[in-house]
Parts: sequence; structure tokens; C-alpha cells
Amino acid sequence: MQGWYPIFKRELAGYFVTPVAYIFIVIFLLLAGVFTFQLGGLFERGQADLRPFFDFLPWLYLFLIPAVSMRLWAEERRGGTIELLLTLPVSQWGAVLGKFLAAWAFTGLSLVLTFPLWITVNYLGQPDNGVIVGSYVGGLLMAGGFLAIGSCVSAATKSQVIAFVISLMICLGFLLAGFSPVLDFFKGWAPSWIIDAISSFSFLSRFEGLGKGVVSLRDLVFFVSLIGVFLYAAGIVIEMKKAE
Amino acid sequence: MIELNSLTKRFGSPSTGILAVDGVTLKVDKGEVLGFLGPNGAGKSTTMKMVTGFLTPTSGSARVCGHDVVKDPIAVKERIGYLPEGAPAYPDMTPESFLDFCAQVRKMGDRAQTRIDQVVERVQLSGVLRQPIETLSKGFKRRVGLAQAILHDPDVLILDEPTDGLDPNQKHEVRSLIREMAGQKAIVLSTHILEEVEAVCTRAIIIARGRVIADGTPLQLAARSRVHNAVTIAVRGADKDHLVSELKRITGVRDVDHARQDDGLCRATAIAKHGHTIAGEVGSLVKARGWGLEELRVEHGRLDEVFREITQSK
Repeated sequence: MQGWYPIFKRELAGYFVTPVAYIFIVIFLLLAGVFTFQLGGLFERGQADLRPFFDFLPWLYLFLIPAVSMRLWAEERRGGTIELLLTLPVSQWGAVLGKFLAAWAFTGLSLVLTFPLWITVNYLGQPDNGVIVGSYVGGLLMAGGFLAIGSCVSAATKSQVIAFVISLMICLGFLLAGFSPVLDFFKGWAPSWIIDAISSFSFLSRFEGLGKGVVSLRDLVFFVSLIGVFLYAAGIVIEMKKAE
Repeated sequence: MIELNSLTKRFGSPSTGILAVDGVTLKVDKGEVLGFLGPNGAGKSTTMKMVTGFLTPTSGSARVCGHDVVKDPIAVKERIGYLPEGAPAYPDMTPESFLDFCAQVRKMGDRAQTRIDQVVERVQLSGVLRQPIETLSKGFKRRVGLAQAILHDPDVLILDEPTDGLDPNQKHEVRSLIREMAGQKAIVLSTHILEEVEAVCTRAIIIARGRVIADGTPLQLAARSRVHNAVTIAVRGADKDHLVSELKRITGVRDVDHARQDDGLCRATAIAKHGHTIAGEVGSLVKARGWGLEELRVEHGRLDEVFREITQSK
């Protein structure tokens, strides 16, 4: 893991030297507000909870997270800086982890910035804050999962557009894994244990589980190992694609 | 300090892939400035990328300061300063933050700031320290890359086309920088510019189709030229054909080129046989025949000619 910390710092600072970070945060908060108040009807529901926000969060992340992850490696490869980075005394895993953690910290920060919503519901009523904390943890884990997928895809291409579109498709697959559009595709020809396995990959069901305020070890292990697997795959892809 | 042993890199599958580097074996010691020459696609950059630990060799080994690049890549990378082709750097960083980042990755700690100040002065970057790298001219970008490469005062310096695309003044600056650092380091640089090899390198290697096909000092390589030790003369009072036949009778002369006569002046170039010097004989011949000598010039051989000859043959 040698060298991950300077890379983490550089990447994180990198979001804020360019307008990327500000645009992302503003759009994220704006959409979060629109979804929560307009479409979700936070006030009209008459319930002091953040369900409208967390119901829309996966869909918001589906589009915004690939936009963050698409540049992680594709940009390095296009600019040739990958050669510079990987000939500095850092281990490949250090580089993969440093970049991923920076992106995760950044999306985490934007998630934290939705705290006025939390203040609002606490001002208006007595929400179950355990549920809200669980949902925030779930949101953060989901963001990590999407970012790990995005890292891996970004490592495979020089084109950020391709990285964006493909990550979005894979993330959509994971999001809907437990639902009919994905399961119907496998039904009829795949054995039932495969279908069960696929449906257990569903981000949405996992996230809903966490949203009930139960941070179960199983869901935690699921997200952490998913992140691990995709980051490991990212390292392999980087090694394979270096020569191009 | 650098030891390559049958270093080989194949891209793609074993049967249809491209053999980019084919069993390169060489050694570079401290104090040497090794010029890596070769046509585009000869394997220069690929070799450098393997030595610096970016690409993994298909077979063979590379050792830097005693550390194997595959088994202990971090130790190798700590000891190498590398300027990749085109001097890539993060475009939205400033030279200051970029060098600071490199110093942190290299764990330079307290001595980072003094070293950064030193290299900034050495490559003359102080005027642009706080400008984003993407706004800098090519010359400054190259200096940023060089600054990054020499920041930790490495024992081994590997520079991939360090002067490519620079103007003559900038080329001169980079070359003087390399000359200044030679002596305490092992330096490997790749280039297409043959005068550069003559200007800075103590040793030159020509590589083509992934193999080392010539290795020697720039003078030794130039001596492989056909025109090495050739003598060009211009004399008055001689007939062209007579001059040519007389020159050909000298034992060390292999051939006579470029014979021509304008007005009373007769010119010819006598090509020496390998290992012969003929200037003395040619001089005596002119004296003996009583010709008026206008010019007598000994050729040392030209590197570009050698380069063309050996990279295009076979």
C-alpha cells in the first residue's frame, strides 16, 4: 500500500483546484433538494423522516458517481501521467487505493453536506435518528461500491465518455439485480441458485435493509468485499493495459 | 549500476505478438552517459519502461543498484529519476504543488523544501512556480519533468527523449544540465539527434528491432563509417583521371569518390581501407607529383551515416 496517502491527498485536492468539485456538489445538493421536496413531497407526507431523500439517492448516485469515477484512471492514461505515477516509488495497490479513497472521501463530503435535511426533519418532528444514520452509512457504502466499479472501468479505457457509460450500465445492473428486468433476463435458462446469487447482489435491497436502521454485518461485508473485488480487478486491468 | 540481462518484452500472444525488445544485455556504470539510439519503434522506450518498473519484462532481468526490478520494484523506483517521453505532468497542478507531491511520495521529509528550491533554481523554474502546468510552454513543461526526475538526487537517471521538441537554446540548456550531473550518476538517455550523442554521451548504443546492434563510444561508432579516415583533397595542376588512378595506387586506399574537376582545381575523396590512415601517403603523393595543394581534410566518419547503414541493413 506504499504511497497511498500522498496520492490520496493529491487527488482530493485535485477535485478542488478545478471547478469539478464545486459543480458536482452544487448539482448533487440541488437534485437532492428537488427530489426530496418536490418529487418526494417531504412536507406533504407529514412524516418526520428522510425516506424521500434516501429513496432517490441510489438513482442520483447512478448518474453522478460514474461522472466522478470516469476520470480516475482514464485521465491518467490519456495524459501519460500513469507512467509517471507508477514509476514513482508507490505500489500499484497504493495508487489504486489512494485514488479510490480520495473519490470516496469526496462523495462522502457531498453526502455530509445534505445535513440541512436532517436538521429540517429534526426541527419539524422527532425522526428516528438511528434509521437516518443507518441510511447515511448505506448511502456511503453504496457510493463506495459504485466508485470501485467505476475505478475498474476507468482503468480499462482512455476515454472518459466510454468509462462513464459503461460504469453507468454496470451500476444499473447491480442496482436492479434483485428486480424483474434483470432477473427475467436470466429466468428460464439459468439455474435457480444463479438467480438467487444475482438477486443477492442487488444494491437496492441491501440499501433498503440499511435504511431500516439495521446496519447488519452481512450488508457491511457485502459492500466492503464488493469494493475489494472491484479494486483488485482495477489493479489487474491497469497492469494489463499499461502497454497500450 | 544498471544491469540488463537478456531483457525481453513481447506484446500480445507468444505466436502472433510483437517482440519489442529481444534479449537486451548491457551494463551501465556510474559516470557513464549512455545514449540510446535507434529508429522509431526500435524498442528504446520499451526498454526504459522496463528498467523503470513500468512494464513487466516477458523474460530476462533488469537490476538497478543491485535491486531486481520485478522482485523489488519500490527499491528500484526509489533510486531512479525518470523522465518519460513527452514529460507528462498533472496539467492542473502547479510546478510547486507537483514537486511537493513527488517529494511526499518519495518520503523526503524535512529535506524536501531545500531540495525543491535547489532543483527549481537548477532548471530555472522559479518564474512559473505558481502557474498551472497546462499553461506552460513546452520548454517549461520539460523542465518540470526534469526537476521531478532529479528531485531526490537519484543514482540513476533515465531520460526518454529529453530534448525532443525543444528549441536550440533549450536543447543546449538540457544538455549542459546532463553534462553537469554526469560523473556522479549513471545516465541513460534516448534520442534521435545524433549530434546530441556526440555532445553529451560517453557511450552510445544503437538498437534496432529490439536488439542491440552496436555499442561503443561515439568516436568508435563513427569509426565504423565508410568515410572514417577518408581524405578529401583539392589540388591544382592535375588531371582528374590521373589523380584518381594515382590515389588508387596507395595501398591503404579502398576507393576514390566524388572526383571532379572545375577550372584548374581537381577534387577527390580517397576512402581508406579499414584500419588504415592514408593522410600521410596522400600528402607525399601530392608533393611528389608537384601538384599545388589547396585543401586536405581528414574525415572522422559520421554517426548518422553509421546509424543509417546499420539500422537499414539486414
